[in-house]
Amino acid sequence: MLQVRFHGRGGQGVVTAAEMLSIAAFEQGRHAMAFPSFGSERTGAPVLAFCRIDDREIRLREPILAPDVLIIQDPTLLHQVDVFQGLQPDGYVLINSTRSFDELGVGDIVKRFRHERLTNVPATEIALKHLSRPVANAALLGGFAALSGLITLDAVSHAIRDKFSGKVAEGNVAAAAEAFDYIKKELLELTHAKTD
Amino acid sequence: MQKQIEGSRAVAEAVALCRPEVICAYPISPQTHIVEGLGELVKSGTLTPCEFINVESEFAAMSVAIGASAAGARSYTATASQGLLFMAEAIYNASGLGLPIVMTVANRAIGAPINIWNDHSDSMSQRDCGWIQLFAESNQEALDLHIQAFKLGEELSMPVMVCMDGFILTHAYERVDMPTQAEVDAFLPGYEPRQVLDPADPVSIGAMVGPEAFMEVRYLAHAKQTMALERIPQIAGEFAQRFGRNSGGLVRAYRCEHAETIVVALGSVLGTLKDTVDELYSDGLKVGVLGIHSFRPFPLAAVRAALQGAKRVVVLEKSFSVGLGGVVSTDVRLALSGLQLHGYTVVAGLGGRAITKASLARTLREAIADKLQPLTFMDLDWRIVNRQLEREAATRRSGPIAENLLRDIGAVASKVH
Repeated sequence: MLQVRFHGRGGQGVVTAAEMLSIAAFEQGRHAMAFPSFGSERTGAPVLAFCRIDDREIRLREPILAPDVLIIQDPTLLHQVDVFQGLQPDGYVLINSTRSFDELGVGDIVKRFRHERLTNVPATEIALKHLSRPVANAALLGGFAALSGLITLDAVSHAIRDKFSGKVAEGNVAAAAEAFDYIKKELLELTHAKTD
Repeated sequence: MQKQIEGSRAVAEAVALCRPEVICAYPISPQTHIVEGLGELVKSGTLTPCEFINVESEFAAMSVAIGASAAGARSYTATASQGLLFMAEAIYNASGLGLPIVMTVANRAIGAPINIWNDHSDSMSQRDCGWIQLFAESNQEALDLHIQAFKLGEELSMPVMVCMDGFILTHAYERVDMPTQAEVDAFLPGYEPRQVLDPADPVSIGAMVGPEAFMEVRYLAHAKQTMALERIPQIAGEFAQRFGRNSGGLVRAYRCEHAETIVVALGSVLGTLKDTVDELYSDGLKVGVLGIHSFRPFPLAAVRAALQGAKRVVVLEKSFSVGLGGVVSTDVRLALSGLQLHGYTVVAGLGGRAITKASLARTLREAIADKLQPLTFMDLDWRIVNRQLEREAATRRSGPIAENLLRDIGAVASKVH
C-alpha cells in the first residue's frame, strides 16, 4: 500500500489534491481512498489530507501516520508543523518552492532520506502562469508523477478533468504537464551529474 | 458502474436513484454535501419529479418530511449531531405515526463542548425513538443501505435512519459501484402508502390516544421492528442476488468461526478492526470481528449466535452513556444473558479521536490476556484528566473544563495573564 500525506493550508486545494490523486489511481485500475483531516476549517490554517493507494480494497481508516510520500504544498509549514513525522526511510518528498531544501532550512533533516526521491518544484509559479491563480495542487500532482513514476501524467490529467471543466481544467492540466517536465529534467540532470 | 467519488456524492446519487419526491434540506456538517448533491440533481432535472425544499431548521426539515410522507410522497432528509437533537420531537412523531421517511445521519459528536467530528452520540441519543437504525461500514454499504432502507421502511411503514460516519465516510473518496436506474427500479417498487392524506378519500392522521389504546399502538411499533428482524436479512439477500454484493443484513462476522475473542463494533471502524485482527491472527491470536449493521431493531438472537462460541467479547463503541458505560455493550450483554463470557467495553474515537490499528492491537492484546479494565477509554489522556481533577480539588472556582484542558495541552492561549 502506498500512503501519501499532503500538507498545506485551508484554501489551497490540499483536500482536492488528495481527491484528485485517488481519482488518478482509480483511473489506473487501482483502489484508492482519499480523506481529509479537518483540523479547523479556516482559510490559512494548517490542513492535512491523505491518500492511500493499493491493489486491493482498502479498509484501514486511520490517519496516515507513516507516509511513503509527503507533498508539501505550503513551505511555510516546514518550521511550524512536524511535516516529516513518520516518513518512511525510502519515502518521497515534494515541496512546492523555488528554493532548495538547504535554502528552506530542512537540508539536515532530509539527509536521512534518499536524495533522488526529494525535490522541490515551483508549483505556485507554474500555476500562476497557467491559471493566473496561486493554486498549486494540480502542478504538484504532475510533479509527483514525474518524481515517483507511481502514477502517470495521463491519469493525473484525467483526474483534473474529472474534478474541473473548461478553462480551469485545461489550465490545471497544462500546469501539471509543466511541473512534470520540470522534474523530469531535474532528475535527468541528477543522473547526469552522477555519471559525470 | 465503478466510480471514484466522495461518500456524500455516492449517497446523493443513490438516494436520487430511489426517486424521492420530496427532499427537505438544512445544512449541517458533515451531512451538507449530501443534500447539496441532491440539490444539484434536482436543479439539473436529473432527479424529477422531486420537490427540493430548503427549510429554516432541522425541526422544520422533519416536520416537512412528515407532511410530505403523510401526503403519499417518498420523502428524504439528512442531518447530524445538534441537528438531529433539534428535530427530536418530530423524529418521535414520524415513527409514532408510522411514516416511512428515510434519513441519513452523518454521525457526529454532540456538544458541549462543540465538536464537528465523528462519533455515534447523535444517533445513539435517538436509539429508542422507534426508527430503524442501520449502520454503514463503507461508502459502498452506505449507498446500498439507502436503497434497501426505502424498501424496508415502506414495506413496514416505518422510518429508517441510515447512519454513516461523518467525515470518515461522508468526506472520503473511494471506489463505489453505482447501480443503474433500471436496476434500482427493479428492486424498489413505487411507494404504496398504508395511510395517505387524500382529499378524495379523507382521513385524519395523528389522533390523540389515551390509556385505552396507547400501549397497543406502541406495542405495534415494536411488533413492526420485530418483523424488520426478519425482513432485513431477506432484503439484504435479495439485494445481494440482484447487485452481487453483501450489504446490510443484521450482523456480519469476520474470522469469527474459531475465534476465542470477538470484537463487536458498528460503522467504519470495522475496516480498521479487520486489518488489526488480520495482524493478530498471523501472530496466532484467534480474534474475530462482528459488525452490527442493524442497531434498531437490535438482533439479539443473531448476536448471541455469533458470540456464544467465544471466550471473551470486546464491544468497541464510539458512544458512551455517561454514568454507566457502553451503549452498544448494554444491548450485547442482554444478548449474552446466561452465558459465562468475559466482557469488555472499549469506548474509543469520541469527538473524532483517531482510532489507530496500533491502539486497537494493544487494547485487544490486553483483552486477550484478560488484563483489560471492564470499561476502558482507549487512548485517554490521563495527564490532562488528572490535572483537571487536581485543579477542582484545590480550587472552588476552577473554571470551565474545556478551556482548562485546551490550555493544558497548549492548544489555545486564551488566558492573557
